Amino acid sequence: MTPPDYEYLRKLLKDHSGLDLSADKQYLIESRLLPLARKSGLAGLPELVQKMKGGSSSLVAQVVEAMTTNETFFFRDKVPFDHFREKIVPDLLQARATRKSIRIWCAAGSTGQEPYSLAMCLKEMGAVLNGWRVEILATDLSQEVLEKSRSGIYSQFEVQRGLPIQLLVKYFKQIGEVWQINADIRAMVQHRQLNLLHDFSQLGVFDVIFCRNVLIYFDQDTKTNIFGRLGRMIEPDGFLVLGAAETVVGLTEVFKPVSDRRGLYRPGEGRAATAKPIAAAALRFAAATG
Amino acid sequence: MKTCLVVDDSGVVRKVARRIIEAMNFHVIEAEDGEKALEACNCAMPEAVLLDWNMPVMDGYEFLGNLRRMPGGDVPKVVFCTTENGMDHISRALSAGANEYIMKPFDRDIVAAKFEEVGLVAAPFQETSESDHPDQII
Repeated sequence: MTPPDYEYLRKLLKDHSGLDLSADKQYLIESRLLPLARKSGLAGLPELVQKMKGGSSSLVAQVVEAMTTNETFFFRDKVPFDHFREKIVPDLLQARATRKSIRIWCAAGSTGQEPYSLAMCLKEMGAVLNGWRVEILATDLSQEVLEKSRSGIYSQFEVQRGLPIQLLVKYFKQIGEVWQINADIRAMVQHRQLNLLHDFSQLGVFDVIFCRNVLIYFDQDTKTNIFGRLGRMIEPDGFLVLGAAETVVGLTEVFKPVSDRRGLYRPGEGRAATAKPIAAAALRFAAATG
Repeated sequence: MKTCLVVDDSGVVRKVARRIIEAMNFHVIEAEDGEKALEACNCAMPEAVLLDWNMPVMDGYEFLGNLRRMPGGDVPKVVFCTTENGMDHISRALSAGANEYIMKPFDRDIVAAKFEEVGLVAAPFQETSESDHPDQII
């Protein structure tokens, strides 16, 4: 790949998705975009870049999708789901005992393994959630992965990565060579296309935000900006879950780590300064800190 | 070091499984059918069994039933590893006392994930497990 082509793709990805590639990621671009070029009947990357410069917006969208689609599997990293079962849901069962509702946002829902893992966790908790309204919203940049998530259909390979066999038997149906997650689990998850670079305040306020393995794509300023906006959409006693390799430390005061809970964060002091909490939320915040 | 008994009538599968499981720090012994596997368990009960279903002499399902009735036979974590990938087979295996179930074809990641699932190995920090993973290279 020529340096100008690389720079062109780098800038385009930064502008469209916030993806911040360092100067030495040629191989990553080649491994992701060569298959796309061939699928589009083009000989290689130079031809791909040429066609994009010619103004093919659908091709630009496909390039962004190919570069940002993340691998994912059920119960990925396990630890966040332990937090969810042992800390997040038990805490919220107490804190929301009157309201009896919990709103969860998977901000990089990808092909659905994360939101459906959370849905299965909730199902496994059984009767304690009877009478509760739990909403799981899965958003992603890519329409293609959202479609897959909606379908709830996974290959034999995908259902063997991280999904305990008992849960496969309990919550999936076999359709020929593939497996589909049951309709009642699918119904627990709503889907919506969303670019984290754009305004997302219309989604409302959440008790739990899973935002794993997506901020790694962004540069420091963008990360800080997103944390600030996430802080305005989370309840003062809510929870933020980041990926195992991600942190807020040095980037923002809006969230602070929960001790002994790797990857788990709660709104911190900085949130009060940036957020515009509604009166009830402010009251709860005062109660929690006072 | 924990011991894993690999039971499969295919020498090729046993060899592949041995390589994967040895890399996970297990001592591996092999058996080519259920009867030979029972003999091995009589000698010394392994911590783990990777178990094929269809084999001559005694199949994996029958072996599992016999194993679970042996003194100390409830100890080994048994992971089926078979081309039988229907829900009916999986359910039968679980009721007979299987701990996990791998549908062939399998690879290192699947075996590792299933061994983690049943507590035979500790979970690694998964972000570093793939060379072409954005988490790692960006």
